[in-house]
Amino acid sequence: MTLSLVDLLSWACLLGGGFFGIVGGIGLVRLPDLFTRFHAAGITDTLCTALIAIGLMLQSDSWLVSVKLLLILAFLFFTSPTSTHALAKAALHGKLKPLRYKGKEGASSST
Amino acid sequence: MSHAISVAVVLYGLWLLLSGHYVPLLLGLGVLSVLVVLFIATRMDVVDKEGYPVHLGPRALLYWSWLAWEIIKANLAVTRHILSPRLSISPTVVRVKATQKSELGKVIYANSITLTPGTVSIDIDGPYISVHALTRDFAADLRTGDMDRRVTDFVNEA
Amino acid sequence: MFIAAALAILVTMALALTRALLGPTVYDRILAVNMFGTKTVLIIAVYGFLTGRPDFLDIALVYALINFISTIAVLKFFEYGDLGHAGTTRRKRGAR
Repeated sequence: MTLSLVDLLSWACLLGGGFFGIVGGIGLVRLPDLFTRFHAAGITDTLCTALIAIGLMLQSDSWLVSVKLLLILAFLFFTSPTSTHALAKAALHGKLKPLRYKGKEGASSST
Repeated sequence: MSHAISVAVVLYGLWLLLSGHYVPLLLGLGVLSVLVVLFIATRMDVVDKEGYPVHLGPRALLYWSWLAWEIIKANLAVTRHILSPRLSISPTVVRVKATQKSELGKVIYANSITLTPGTVSIDIDGPYISVHALTRDFAADLRTGDMDRRVTDFVNEA
Repeated sequence: MFIAAALAILVTMALALTRALLGPTVYDRILAVNMFGTKTVLIIAVYGFLTGRPDFLDIALVYALINFISTIAVLKFFEYGDLGHAGTTRRKRGAR
């Protein structure tokens, strides 16, 4: 079995996507509060999704499949910030307050 | 009106692409559903420059490639923070000013902030966007206003 | 190689499910379920390639739509306690 460059590239993309997905999952469990967990979910919503979709695109044999993957990717990229923002705003209007100034250097000059 | 025709063409192209069966019945159903969608969209008042920003054109590709690079860099940084054993985060909330005049510009800016991991826009209050940052570094990066300038360039010179 | 990607996505889904079960607030659970949904889209697509049936992509596309709508609907329900609520006051649009 010969390995073409495209195969190698697509496998690297798939594995990288899987890696970032797991990192996002770990972050989702590990991070201390809701607002920091958004960032972990952000990883899986952006780089993980993009890498896996690109990896699949490189493996597809018809352009129609690639276009469908591109549509899925574009759709996820347009909706994920919208739902994240809706969730953040709902949480803020609820009783949740984000953890602030947790660093050891003391409060910075943020307003 | 030109927007409506353009939306209809795009929608029908999407139908042809996703359907894959070119028989009269399905082509006719496609026309019907495009008309229904157009009717609903017109009633919702979203078929205009804001809801269908086709005027941004090819400069979108330029902006998206820049944004993709930013997203990759931010992803690597957040990954480092998540995997570090001490969980070296310092969450903070900052308010940044959006210099875009149109609401479309503000939406693009806020969504770009959210798409970049490490920063999430949580509230919009007039020209100010409240941003939750995972660490101070992300907040400081955002405060240089680089992304804001690029979005303004991208949107306003239509 | 598709199997490795599918396994990685499954692990991510398990972690998201952990957060959905633990999640102290309802928003944590919604975030976790939303992420679970995005991963479902990906795993449907990968599974389609794994079994050599790219038709699965259509299902993935529809699932992506449903996932977004359901997240927004659940959020709206928790914010207003009513799915039919018109939201905040409608902004009048100037002629543009």
